[in-house]
Amino acid sequence: MSITVTLTVNGKQVTKTCEPQTTLVELLREGLGLTGTHIGCDTTQCGACTVHLDGKAVKSCTVLAAQADGGDVTTIEGIAAADGLHPMQAAFKACHGLQCGFCTPGMIMAAIDLVQRTPNLDERGIREGLEGNICRCTGYHNIVRAVTQAAAEMSK
Amino acid sequence: MTESAIGKRVLRKEDQRFITGKGQYTDDINIRGQAYAYFVRSPVAHAKIDSVSTAAAQNSPGVIAVLTGADLAGDGLGTLPCGWMIHSKDGSEMKQPPHPIMAATHVNYAGEPVAIVVAESYLAAKNAAEMVEVDYGELPAVVDLAKAQEAPEIYEEVPRNTCYEWELGDKEATDKAFAAADHVTRITIRNNRLIPNAIEPRAAIADYNAGTDELTLYTTSQNPHLTRLIFTAFIQIAPEHKLRVIAPDVGGGFGSKIFVYSEETACAWASKRLGVPVKWTAERSESFVADAHGRDHISDAELAMDKDGQFLGLRVHTRANMGAYLSTFASSVPTYLYGTLLAGQYKTPAIYVEVDALFTNTTPVDAYRGAGRPEATFLVERIVETAARELNMDPVELRRRNFIQPSDYPYQTPVALEYDTGDYEASLSKALEMADYAGFAKRKEEAASRGKLRGIGFSCYIEACGLAPSQVAGALGAGVGLFESGEVRVNPTGSVTVLTGSHSHGQGHETTFAQLVAGKLGIPVEDVEVVHGDTGKLDYGLGTYGSRSLAVGGSALSRAADKVIAKGKKIAAHMMNGDADNVDFEDGEFLLRDSNQKKTFGEVAFAAYVPFDYPLEELEPGLAEKAFYDPANFTYPAGTHICEVEVDPDTGVTEIVSFTAVDDFGNVINPMIVEGQVHGGIAQGLGQAMLENCAYDEFGQLQTGSYMDYCMPRADDLPSFNVGMTVTPCTHNPIGAKGCGEAGAIGSPPAFINAVTNALGIRDMDMPATPEKVWRAAQRRQG
Repeated sequence: MSITVTLTVNGKQVTKTCEPQTTLVELLREGLGLTGTHIGCDTTQCGACTVHLDGKAVKSCTVLAAQADGGDVTTIEGIAAADGLHPMQAAFKACHGLQCGFCTPGMIMAAIDLVQRTPNLDERGIREGLEGNICRCTGYHNIVRAVTQAAAEMSK
Repeated sequence: MTESAIGKRVLRKEDQRFITGKGQYTDDINIRGQAYAYFVRSPVAHAKIDSVSTAAAQNSPGVIAVLTGADLAGDGLGTLPCGWMIHSKDGSEMKQPPHPIMAATHVNYAGEPVAIVVAESYLAAKNAAEMVEVDYGELPAVVDLAKAQEAPEIYEEVPRNTCYEWELGDKEATDKAFAAADHVTRITIRNNRLIPNAIEPRAAIADYNAGTDELTLYTTSQNPHLTRLIFTAFIQIAPEHKLRVIAPDVGGGFGSKIFVYSEETACAWASKRLGVPVKWTAERSESFVADAHGRDHISDAELAMDKDGQFLGLRVHTRANMGAYLSTFASSVPTYLYGTLLAGQYKTPAIYVEVDALFTNTTPVDAYRGAGRPEATFLVERIVETAARELNMDPVELRRRNFIQPSDYPYQTPVALEYDTGDYEASLSKALEMADYAGFAKRKEEAASRGKLRGIGFSCYIEACGLAPSQVAGALGAGVGLFESGEVRVNPTGSVTVLTGSHSHGQGHETTFAQLVAGKLGIPVEDVEVVHGDTGKLDYGLGTYGSRSLAVGGSALSRAADKVIAKGKKIAAHMMNGDADNVDFEDGEFLLRDSNQKKTFGEVAFAAYVPFDYPLEELEPGLAEKAFYDPANFTYPAGTHICEVEVDPDTGVTEIVSFTAVDDFGNVINPMIVEGQVHGGIAQGLGQAMLENCAYDEFGQLQTGSYMDYCMPRADDLPSFNVGMTVTPCTHNPIGAKGCGEAGAIGSPPAFINAVTNALGIRDMDMPATPEKVWRAAQRRQG
């Protein structure tokens, strides 16, 4: 039995047929070819699959595509302004906040959400706020620097 | 003139694709008509396979084939080899029970692949896998490393479950040192077992083309040429020239993606047998049981000293867990990457180490970030710290008293290595200053006023990197040469394509190697593109592990760039009607001595491909040069790590209040990238020391098989790090670089445990020092 879902992804409305058990991340990666969102675990722990659903960060491996029906989804492919990078993307590059890059899209999506909903973030707040995203490469040091820098930029 | 990029904090060229979601990892690749694989795995740790019934699965919707270990054997495929022969002290060869790609007669660890289901969709394959019926005749599982030699034998041909009993050093001289000692410090330590957990799970897509008889494998590998070699020479899947192995963007490795595993191999075989592309991506729970684990040692160590704390001898006996089979480089880890490092930074005149490598019914264990060197460093730095406490000496002073001095180089250790250079006092004193050791007593007092126990711990580590010298490796039992290949290909318009046998899976080679070559050729970094990870494009190379990329792969490129300059001089000489011997190359320009004539790099590049008036007998067209670099020695990065912690005795929570690392990596091309490597390494080391532990129950079931149970370091577990550097250039490679990838994971665990035990005023604490263990220790102390 297949189902049909209609959702807005990165500003564009799409209608797709999928299985009832298809997760949002599967729909994004396989149905829409948006492979910037990654799958790193199967227990909703690592955060590599983080996207924004209706403006909030969610782990798209535990959201069914059916649950996102009618929703507004933004992925790493959809955050940059037409003229360049989102301040969070730019800060990750400027601060060397990534190495292998696999956790990076999820980390950036989680960090944007964190900054948007938390005024006056300090280092402790950033570290606690990113607790749901695992990075094995950077030791988080430069990720924290990047988020600090982007938070300042985003509040301008 | 272009300012040289060498030594600059150049932002990474590869970042643009990663931050915009345009990276291309193996699972992002899809091939038209691809089928999906799912593996049936043993649910038990040790059993005889009585029967396998695939009929129901075969008939399940969408299933293309269900293939078993018996099918593999029927096709005459070989087994997974171990690439390093170790000899026991009696001269006998290590025991190497066959490591099947999929089990046919017995299973020897929980999670071992038994069958591969290939279907039109991932879900169809997974559903059908549930229908494969395997009858297991269960056998007792050997799990406890400490009792493995007395346990029932897993393999008839492996008495006492012992793979080898290896030794290194002078036993007699060491015994004499102990006989003459005024003081002997003894410790027993466990180096806890870890699961690597690169965030990208392993994956593969194999695509066999019957029209060309070519097999292409996209896979998550640190060294695609090694995969190709083993596939051909040992497993005989396809001839080497008909095999192309591509490791595209790879999401972290940490050693775990060096090895040739069952799953990738089975996909390649299945694609050829079935005539469809076969794709497999590990679920995280598969990664936990199917990626080679790391560490897992139990060691007894004794340090003999005179009355002033001068080290006289070190005696070590280690039991190392190999798991159920020998993984690709497993045998070398607790021997030549471990025993050889036991001198540390110290002038200990006599060292003797024995290592018993044992089989258990657990996932195979192999190299994981540091591989043997963290185990050696943990042992040395724990026993030195313990000795200082027993002697009531400042641990810094005891270390200083025993340091190898700059005037001692080259220094021959009693455990085979010859250190070429270093300055341990320089990194120690810089670290002491950065960590404000002088102010520690005051901080401790202040913490006590808040009811907190503050402690400080040191670690002065050394490592042997740039895993290479073929001659040395070969003499010690390596099955492959350990050099690296590199090519600098100058394009007609002056841009440069660099090809390297090293592989980047987070290390930033696309930037560092571009800086290196651009710096040598005097051209902008943007004009250099680095190509890696594809056996179809590159010369045979050895890949990335053991912090070898810059010291070995970079050196190959440095040599190739020198050859380009030499050839460029000939071309320039021809263009300027001079002699090549009279042409100098400076800042991207070829200058004819004693004249005002010069040619830019771009002009020479163009001329190389427009040989209208060449003396073709003497000068070939083209400007592309290769080098295979095989170094003379290992490199020896070293440094001091200082950890300061605050323990809350009421909760057992340990906070790392500061962590200082001062490392000597020799010459550095990009300090930003090097610092990033150090940060990540420290986090992995602190993860081992504080959080991570791979645990099995008595039946061989993995108890820590998900991120719910295996505690990965998260952002709020760690502080920001204070990182500094000192420099003594490596003496034997053209860059003077030593390697930086593993230092953090090597240096940090003993610094942390030394700090926690210092805070609690106790002798020992097993890793990981979880809040429960720390709380119990704090209660005992108060009680």
